Amino acid sequence: MSDRALFVVRVMLVTLVGVAAAAVSPLFHGNPLPLVGIVVAMALLYLVTLRLPHRAGPARADSDQGGPGRAANPGNLAGERGAASARIALAFLLATAAAVGLTVVYARGGQPQLEGLLLLVALGGIGSGLVVWARKLLPSATVSEERGPMGSPVDEEQATATAFERAEEGGKRRGLLGLLVLAAGWLGIAALFPIRSLGPGPGRKLFVTSWRDGVPLVGEDERVVTVDRLRVGEIITVFPEGHHGAADAQAVLIRLAPGQLRPLPGREHWSPEGYVAYSKVCTHAGCPVGLYQVRSHQLFCPCHQSAFAVLEGAMPQFGPATRPLPQLPLRIEHGELVAGGDFSEPVGPGFWSYG
Amino acid sequence: MIARLARWFDDRLAASNFVRDKLNKVFPEHFSFMFGELALYSFVILVVTGIFMALFFNTSLSKTVYEGAYEPLRGVQVSQAYASVLRLSFEVRAGMVMRQIHHWAALLFMASIVLHLCRIFFTGAFRRPREINWVIGVTLLALGMFNGFSGYSLPDDLLSGTGLRIAHAIVQSIPVIGAWATFLIFGGEYPATEIISRLYTMHIFLVPGIIVALISIHLALVVRQKHTQFPGPGRRDDNVVGVRLWPTYTALSIGLFFLVSALLAGLGGLVQINPVWLWGPYEPSAVTIAAQPDWYVGWGEGALRLFPPWEIRAFGYMVPNPFFPAALLPGLTFVALYAWPFLEARVTGDYDEHHLLDRPRDRPVRTALGVVVLTFYGILLLAGANDVIATELGLPIIPFVYFLRGAVLVLPVLAGLTTWKICRDLAGRSSLEAAREELAARTEAAAEAEEAEEEPAREPAEASQAESEQPDAATAGRSGSGSGEA
Repeated sequence: MSDRALFVVRVMLVTLVGVAAAAVSPLFHGNPLPLVGIVVAMALLYLVTLRLPHRAGPARADSDQGGPGRAANPGNLAGERGAASARIALAFLLATAAAVGLTVVYARGGQPQLEGLLLLVALGGIGSGLVVWARKLLPSATVSEERGPMGSPVDEEQATATAFERAEEGGKRRGLLGLLVLAAGWLGIAALFPIRSLGPGPGRKLFVTSWRDGVPLVGEDERVVTVDRLRVGEIITVFPEGHHGAADAQAVLIRLAPGQLRPLPGREHWSPEGYVAYSKVCTHAGCPVGLYQVRSHQLFCPCHQSAFAVLEGAMPQFGPATRPLPQLPLRIEHGELVAGGDFSEPVGPGFWSYG
Repeated sequence: MIARLARWFDDRLAASNFVRDKLNKVFPEHFSFMFGELALYSFVILVVTGIFMALFFNTSLSKTVYEGAYEPLRGVQVSQAYASVLRLSFEVRAGMVMRQIHHWAALLFMASIVLHLCRIFFTGAFRRPREINWVIGVTLLALGMFNGFSGYSLPDDLLSGTGLRIAHAIVQSIPVIGAWATFLIFGGEYPATEIISRLYTMHIFLVPGIIVALISIHLALVVRQKHTQFPGPGRRDDNVVGVRLWPTYTALSIGLFFLVSALLAGLGGLVQINPVWLWGPYEPSAVTIAAQPDWYVGWGEGALRLFPPWEIRAFGYMVPNPFFPAALLPGLTFVALYAWPFLEARVTGDYDEHHLLDRPRDRPVRTALGVVVLTFYGILLLAGANDVIATELGLPIIPFVYFLRGAVLVLPVLAGLTTWKICRDLAGRSSLEAAREELAARTEAAAEAEEAEEEPAREPAEASQAESEQPDAATAGRSGSGSGEA
């Protein structure tokens, strides 16, 4: 490829990177400037190495400047090398200047963008200088090295086997070897036991939460939820009083219009005054199910898009979740919402002994 | 001075022979041989920036009221871990740059490992005698994924906390041992208090240590077995053609290291990544929307999203839904990866040593299979961001999920069949023919475009050299002379 074609290709590549950078800029909060800065700086560094034959050696076919023509045209070669040296020197000087700038920026309190940019120029200057050096000045002869097959010759394998067999004398006591394996094996098993120290066992913890009969509901503001707290269609996150923030006890409290809810059998009295509460922990992978779509009465999990039908016992309607969100029985005492017991099922993602 | 120092060491080590042998080592050149180097250099940068960050990180999950330099969060209850990351970012000089370079380097590290893996796979470089290095490489991929995940989980921000919550559910879904495993790993019932400090130990000590050891063996085996090369004039199974390690290859490689560092420094300084102060501190009850993990675990997230609502309940026990897409699928993926070299040898009956690489087109079945797998995981990766894509494109999410469920089953097969057909069509063309056609077309185009400066038509004898700079040198089965490195 001619150097001109190479140049066009390189310019196109840089442009392409620029376009790609602009395309992904929404990911960086819509500010394309940082990426443009990087592209410009990289392009500058690239210019240092521009119009550079890939290999200055005989393997190079681009013979109008270097390659096989090199030996035939020593004057041209010297000029080319001089130009390369100048480029390398420029790259290293650029790097030095950037490194000095870096120390100044740091000493003056630091500034992330400047630090990044100066580091880019300093490291990039050294890097491109080295690459130009290797490509233009260092020997580039392509050489061939022999290699044999990987396996050892048979007699060597034999000799090595013989060396191992030295242990036959006195080492071949099957009983003793058996006992050694036994001792080491049991020691290995004993060495595994400290794994048990890492934490308590699960016990019944996955089956229960801190909700009990008569425990008041508190909101995220840690205030007890009164009957007039929510209007129809509103939703808040609630915890058992005294366990604010508890990961397994978190629940969503939604107020529905009276008669909207179609309670599951046995849960007819769990939702006084249109209040209904479900575990906020998704039964799929445990994310908080916090997106409530009032129009469709669905609770959405933001992680894997499971949807639960609020009016029908939070049965899963879409997505990977297989089980409904456990329901929290509610009743009203002295104008305050209290739990009527623990959730209807174990909360959160499934596990082996869930049943 | 240097000579005296060298003699001082040689008098004590008698290393002249060894050193000369290594300096003379020959490395074949091809742009695709660079991916492994990229991974290595990203890892070096990860270690350097990581050491700096480790000096400022606090692993405690105990709560504190944030009083630091970032105004919007002042007075908010956060964990010590989260507060220490904000301090590193906003108050420690050069802390922000280090942190962002570290994260970008992790993304590049994983990307270059995957590219490297693809190169090895599609060219058959895993065949005997390189099965050991394949196994080590696959292990490095797994360790890299783990360490990436554990690393971005450390700041205890809302995004990574959600990721940990999901990881918890995945571990809990493992049959028989799941619940016990989560209690031991997290140190109690979720969220417990131990997970960050344990991940920290793994992230900065145990896993990097194993990675360093495995990289060392990986490289030592490359030295021992010598690098593979593409077929070409003078290149045979019993030689290796390229440039010597010293000085040219060394200078190029170190140059590459600096260029990679430069790119990462530019990204780290100028392009914001994982701004944990915008996500906020983790609260188990707080909602995150558009929660995507880093890309290299994104396919697992996608699989979780697309897997239908199935789970097994029988005899009083349960195999929960996340087990299948997020534990079984990755497990099978890695089993298949580990087993591939041995599986392929069994199927093809080819147990011979190979040092010349395959052209992907000459192995249509393998190449097609590789494309099937890449398409499958590519779609899963997209599915991991299905909410973002649906929002950006204005699509309703539910039909989009159904579409992706179909696509992840159908598209890989189509892509595989297409690849197989293309390979078969191309395989008929020998590389020499391809080069000749290419050359003819090129000469013609050049003659048309620029009469004065057209390239001289090459002698047939020169054609082999000319190929080394053809843009399709890779597919033509020739080692292009490092055309991707400039």
